[in-house]
Amino acid sequence: MMRLPPFRYFAPKTAREAAKMLADHAADEAMAVAGGTDLYPNMKRRQFTPKVLIGLHRLEESRGIEEDDDGVTIRGMTTLTQVENDEILQAHYPAIAKAARLVSAPILRNMGTIGGNLCIDTRCNYYNQNYEWRKSINFCMKKDGEICWVAPSSPRCWAVSSSDTAPVLMVLDAECTLVGPRRVRRVPVKSLYHLDGIDFLKKERDEILTEIHVPKSNGMRATYLKLRRRDSIDFPILGVAAAIETAKDGTVEKARIVLTAVESAPVQAEKAEALLVGKKLTEEWIDEAAAVAYRPAKPLDNTDLTHAYRKKMARVFVARALRELSRG
Amino acid sequence: MPPTKTDVAPEQSSPAQEAEPLSIIGKPLMKVDAMAKVAGETLFADDLAFPRMVFCKMKRSPHPHARILNVDTSKAEVLPGVLAVLVGSELPIPFGILPVSQDEHALCLDKVRFVGDPVAAVAAVDEETAEAALEHIDVEYKVLPSIMSIEEALADTDEPIHASERIDGNVHKAVTLQFGDVEEGFAEADVVREESFFFEGNTHLPMEQHAAIAVYGADGKMTVWSSTQTPHYVHRAMAKVLEMPPSRVRIIACPNGGGFGGKSDPFNHEMVVAKLSMKTRRPVKITLTREEVFYCHRGRHPVKMWVKTGIKKDGSITAMHFRSFLDGGAYGSYGVASLYYTGALQTVTYKIPRYKFEGLRVFTNKPPCGPKRGHGTVQPRFAIECHLDKLAEEIQKSPLDIRLEKVVEPFSTTANQLKIRTVGLKECLERVAERSDFRKKHRNLPRGRGIAITASSYLTGAGLPIYWNKLPHSGVQLQLDRGGGVTAFCGSTDIGQGSDSVLAYIVAEELGVEVEDVHVVTADTSLTPVDLGSYSSRVTLMTGNAAIQAARRLKPLLLDPAAEKLQVPVERLAMAHGKIFDRQYPEVSMDFAEAVVLAEAKHGTLGSTGSYTPPRSRGRYKGAGVGPSATYSYSACVLELEVDEDTGWVKIEHIWIAHDVGKPINPLLAIGQIEGSVYMGLGEALMEEQVFRKGVHKIPSMLDYKSPTFVDMPPVTSILIETLDPQGPYGAKECGQGPLLPVIPAVPIAIYDAVGVRIDETPVSPDKILKALEGRLAKPTVPEYDFPPPAEVPPMREDS
Repeated sequence: MMRLPPFRYFAPKTAREAAKMLADHAADEAMAVAGGTDLYPNMKRRQFTPKVLIGLHRLEESRGIEEDDDGVTIRGMTTLTQVENDEILQAHYPAIAKAARLVSAPILRNMGTIGGNLCIDTRCNYYNQNYEWRKSINFCMKKDGEICWVAPSSPRCWAVSSSDTAPVLMVLDAECTLVGPRRVRRVPVKSLYHLDGIDFLKKERDEILTEIHVPKSNGMRATYLKLRRRDSIDFPILGVAAAIETAKDGTVEKARIVLTAVESAPVQAEKAEALLVGKKLTEEWIDEAAAVAYRPAKPLDNTDLTHAYRKKMARVFVARALRELSRG
Repeated sequence: MPPTKTDVAPEQSSPAQEAEPLSIIGKPLMKVDAMAKVAGETLFADDLAFPRMVFCKMKRSPHPHARILNVDTSKAEVLPGVLAVLVGSELPIPFGILPVSQDEHALCLDKVRFVGDPVAAVAAVDEETAEAALEHIDVEYKVLPSIMSIEEALADTDEPIHASERIDGNVHKAVTLQFGDVEEGFAEADVVREESFFFEGNTHLPMEQHAAIAVYGADGKMTVWSSTQTPHYVHRAMAKVLEMPPSRVRIIACPNGGGFGGKSDPFNHEMVVAKLSMKTRRPVKITLTREEVFYCHRGRHPVKMWVKTGIKKDGSITAMHFRSFLDGGAYGSYGVASLYYTGALQTVTYKIPRYKFEGLRVFTNKPPCGPKRGHGTVQPRFAIECHLDKLAEEIQKSPLDIRLEKVVEPFSTTANQLKIRTVGLKECLERVAERSDFRKKHRNLPRGRGIAITASSYLTGAGLPIYWNKLPHSGVQLQLDRGGGVTAFCGSTDIGQGSDSVLAYIVAEELGVEVEDVHVVTADTSLTPVDLGSYSSRVTLMTGNAAIQAARRLKPLLLDPAAEKLQVPVERLAMAHGKIFDRQYPEVSMDFAEAVVLAEAKHGTLGSTGSYTPPRSRGRYKGAGVGPSATYSYSACVLELEVDEDTGWVKIEHIWIAHDVGKPINPLLAIGQIEGSVYMGLGEALMEEQVFRKGVHKIPSMLDYKSPTFVDMPPVTSILIETLDPQGPYGAKECGQGPLLPVIPAVPIAIYDAVGVRIDETPVSPDKILKALEGRLAKPTVPEYDFPPPAEVPPMREDS
């Protein structure tokens, strides 16, 4: 069987302490682990061989979901099962609960956390393989090699952003709190990501994502649609999150569309968003917006099903998401 | 009384069906190993541990095709914790499951032939040390051009994968069989249709990874525990490779966590741990990783097929010409048998008076293909059912009627000289059509919704063993203990299908004891009589008949002293529910245990044996060894689905499946096999593909190799059809493989009914459906190849 490489394990009580521990080690020496559902399989396949793991499961006040005047706060170590079943979220932000429910399978959602899901490693079927396999293709740029096999002339890695919750939190204009060894900062979820399969998080490596803040919904309706081969376990090979705020007469005042799993970061379809403002969600405008929204999707042949198919589906899924929202 | 070897008319009852009403057979009883499995007590190969045990890891080729120039193990050998390093030259004797394909080595000698082919192995104090040591073995390769497709294999190549006088380039085997004048048949036909199909390769995906532990004892005996479906064949191969007398080698098959054909070959890791145990004088264990299981493979061959059929306006077939091209992977495995199977059973489902088969298997630089559930018959069944659906449409006949009218006659002989016995296919077709309301729904459902009907047949045990011999295929030995317990010894191997349970049920039924009083000892080459293994759907029929014979030989020994004691004529005595009693006055009885004691006092130690050999096949032509069976099972399936035309997504709404099982020994287990077959079939139809990129398996993991989860499983209505076959124990036929066959073609046929496009290849994935809807899906093709002239077909043997 595949075994974990040996490592030391620390379990700090505060996020600051965890951040300091990370800062005290060199970049490839120490990593933080939340639920471990993403990291441990990768460690078994030697994508990561940290000498030290900083476990976040003992952090005080790191779990739970609370409503306040500004909206709702989801703590980073809240499990995806808790997110999926939370009454506040189900009542006011059903799209978040839905996205959490569509992650993997029940047993992994019991362990996996929402903070972990936002920071999940990018995926690629040239990369998510064991050491021997990767060695047989002479490795890839993301780990131990030089080249991006899916786009050999590309200077950057094209591994795929695979978080289901990130696009939903982005369309809801959520922010997150990052606790570093010296400072605490709050950034929009959408500015957490980079279009690069290797350096995909703008978070500093010694920052811990402790909280997610979702502003009051104010009548904003959101949804998330996920494409995957099977109705369980699979990562998205396309995800579409959309949110709409309309005036009483149905005129769109604010629109958000984010595509996931078609690039190395979640992609905001800004042109389509702008196009929808001031329009009503009629079939014509939905089709028009979908035709614009799917263009920034750049799926490549590094995950399930063909990339041409996934690109085509981006358009269909955007239209379906908007159609769902048009029904109120 | 031994089971019959002669055919009897269906209305006559077989010896197995006479006498008492059945008290155990046909009842939905629990499996004998169910509680142990649920409680976690079952010891799979990986659960075994011995004092001083060490761990093995194998170093595998990173190249699809390369010459080995040098293997330097010196650095690995001196690492702390490493006990031994093994290279190919230490086990130079080749092996393979078929006598004609002895082309594998425990560790590669001169060449590696696919990514994952092993070149060296390490035994170390733990897995981590063994794995780390692999990095210190230096292998120097000369990389050769790789051959990754049938077309590349057929192209001229300077470096064939196997250099042998018997092999022409990369053509492992080419065959032509002809039965009757097909050209004459096509001339008689009103409609002649020809077209090509492609069936993608896929793998078994058992839950349990292969594992093996070898203990070479101080007494010079070798014992190997392994997750294998065929301990007898491993025994033979192991003795050969280790150059040990078979009498000193013992193979024990542990309960398998699923097999599906993927554990039916002797494997290199089994040989390697045995040799390492000899070198280290310690128990040596290996458990493969999931990636390595993908490299062991032996799964479904990718097959390109071409079929030409002539039919008359009434739907009857005048002739069929079938060609198959198998992508075999790097080694022979069961490949020659797989090749013949792609042509053997076409005639067993429908009446085909003239038949020609041409088949070709090539070597490629991929993990070897072999037998997977439905071995070699799944791909042609896919092609033929799709083809027949189009033929039915061409002559404007219902796909149900065209099938019903063609069903082979019971107790007939096919064009390729296969002996048919009972046939429940008409009833299967009628029942699934009726339950699904097929006649009303077909071509009448709203666009996007479709329905299909398909049919198939399968062997109940291969008529011939893997290696030529005249010995029994299965043997059972019974022993009685003075407390009334019965121990049944048999070489059969439980791979989850329930063969241990079937053995216990039959022994309990025959001796009139409770199932709980039967102990089964199975799959141990030193303790149990030979059974050839869990493949070709043979175990229930063959082990069952052997068990009946053993029990019926024991019975008189028990009844005789009991009759004396009870003062009842022996013919009036019956055995059931742990008692021996007078049929006329049931209160005149004694406990089974008491009868055992009386019998032992009278006869001495009690025991008996039984064995079974299938009836001799009739064909005498070269290739006639593949296809014959004691009897064939039949299945029919109706599948209803919905297609989303914007996404190409398919949702299977319902499956109705009827299976002619002869007689279910346990209906619960039979239905379990049917549902499992449906599940596996849908995976192959919709998503599974063993595919390669840059010479490497593209997705060797359970996450990325897509196979349905249970939330993807549709509702299934299973119908058991009883035909009471004279060959089977109590009339039973197989049910472990046959029900998979009709499921796969039903998917594309129903898609055609739903949205009007034909997908002539697997898997039928959403991207292909969209392409087909856009008119952009290319039709499958087959390569050009000059097949050899047909082999001579001598007249059939008379029925023996």
